[in-house]
Amino acid sequence: MKTRLTTALALVLGLASPVAAQDAILNVSYDIARELFAELNPVFAKQWQEQTGRTVAIDQSHGGSSKQARAILEGLPADVVTFNQVTDIEVLAEGGMVDENWREAFPNGASPYYSLPAFLVREGNPKSIDDWDDLVRDGVQVIFPNPKTSGNARYTYLAAYAYALETNGGDHAAAQEFVKKIFANVPVFDQGGRAATATFAERNIGDVLITFEAETGGIARQYADAKLERVTPSLSVLAEFPIAVVTENAEDKGTAEVSKAYLDFLYSPEAQRILAQNFNRVPDQAITAEFAANFPDVKLVTVEDVFGGWDTVQQDHFAEGGILDSVFVNQ
Amino acid sequence: MTTTTAPAALAPRQDRSAPWLLIAVAVVLTLFIVVVPLIYIFWRALSEGWGIFVQNILAPDTLHAIWLTSVVAVITLPVNLAIGTSAAWLIARFSFPGRKALLTLIELPFSISPIIAGVCYLLLYGRQGLLGPVLAAGDVTILFALPGIVMVTLFVTSPFVAREILPLMQAQGSEQEQAALTLGASGWQIFRRVTLPNIRWALLYGAVLATARAVGEFGAVSVVSGAIRGQTNTLPLQIELLFNDLNTVGAFAAASTLTLIALVVLILKTVLEGRTA
Repeated sequence: MKTRLTTALALVLGLASPVAAQDAILNVSYDIARELFAELNPVFAKQWQEQTGRTVAIDQSHGGSSKQARAILEGLPADVVTFNQVTDIEVLAEGGMVDENWREAFPNGASPYYSLPAFLVREGNPKSIDDWDDLVRDGVQVIFPNPKTSGNARYTYLAAYAYALETNGGDHAAAQEFVKKIFANVPVFDQGGRAATATFAERNIGDVLITFEAETGGIARQYADAKLERVTPSLSVLAEFPIAVVTENAEDKGTAEVSKAYLDFLYSPEAQRILAQNFNRVPDQAITAEFAANFPDVKLVTVEDVFGGWDTVQQDHFAEGGILDSVFVNQ
Repeated sequence: MTTTTAPAALAPRQDRSAPWLLIAVAVVLTLFIVVVPLIYIFWRALSEGWGIFVQNILAPDTLHAIWLTSVVAVITLPVNLAIGTSAAWLIARFSFPGRKALLTLIELPFSISPIIAGVCYLLLYGRQGLLGPVLAAGDVTILFALPGIVMVTLFVTSPFVAREILPLMQAQGSEQEQAALTLGASGWQIFRRVTLPNIRWALLYGAVLATARAVGEFGAVSVVSGAIRGQTNTLPLQIELLFNDLNTVGAFAAASTLTLIALVVLILKTVLEGRTA
């Protein structure tokens, strides 16, 4: 009886703690990247074993990237971060967890892939929505989350604003009027991207969902029955997915080498192919050519060029009483 | 002394439609606020068949989350019982300076939002926190690991046991215990033979409530867990993550497990309520 109990206990415990690998790193990431890294990690583990003969276990933590950054500052033992906001790694750099020159440590400004706000429309695109100016028409219902609570929606706001600036010769008043009209066409503002997706795809509300291009592919696949169609506007804002080694932790744990190798791996053709298959745009030219059909031409502008950087955007647009507050009328 | 006639409002009414209307409103509200969502959880969890449901429950990360949540519940329960019983004993049987303060302190976690508890732990035990450097020097890990999750769960669940047995102990008074004392019983004997039998059902009831809360706690744990999949993700956190992954069936399968636990607790609670009444 006693041995049986011990065996059962061992079984349960064994289940809880898989065989320890020789190397272990913790990748702290943003909240919707689980499937992506579930696909990438085994490929790296195989490569690492071939190169060094050592096994590696990659643990994942996913959450809102600002919350994740805060947790790392308070002791979450991350070896690497893969975030969706540059500002959140800046916070870690200011806190001394990440090297100050982290953007030079890896190619392409330490962003192994990137995306942009794009559209997802109903089957056959019945309202013929092809660009931002189609969103201000009467009778078009636009779905995206609340820009007060969602980083995703802030990108949407900035992209619409940048488009209006471009088409109105840099007239800010006209741009604000344009964005205001889009807001007026939004029937419901959800808290976050996933809730907005549910509103559009499950509750069938709205004619167009705006979210990252990388997301539109996954959503179209998830709700294959609805035959949703992806639309890329003529102009959008570059959204980077920055990465960094959390040097403070990695040096402490002796994982600096495997951490760097892991992030280098994200730029390898194998990883870039997986990233592109998941509708992320990648710097690798050959892979981009291979998936050209997934990535229509688009004019990409940066937050730095159009808005003078994230600090300025925060102050001018998103702070209490900023431009966003003046155009955003939450019905 | 003057007599006054009863105001019209207190007189018996002839119109019987108001009660029925109120009952109808209550039934409809209950249906849409409680019953339909509950049924919907199971319906969605099983929407793609039993095979997919079982496969989702047996997914390693979900299985680990169930395991971790059970471990947290099993650790917090005896601690809660010990703390709750001693606190209630102290308050019900003795008069000492600070008794009122202790009572307030015990109830404090009820009135504090769990997220605040989590943030306090972060500010206290975090790397940059008050005790952070001391803990780091001693190589003690509290946050983003099992100890932090257990501690914050204890914080949230600590009032339940004391709150359940305290009124009972106060109502029963200490005559029986004093009688046992005059008959020569030791302190431990009094507790085991007299006090415990008197409060056992209330104690169990408190334990059930505390455990239910420990299993379902989200806010506080979310702050201190770090959400490392397969390591520090409890069942409620796992449900949120699965939902965010667009894995609706997986999320609802995990949610149905949590709901089942809650239903079992509810039945236990109803049975125990009959005993304590």
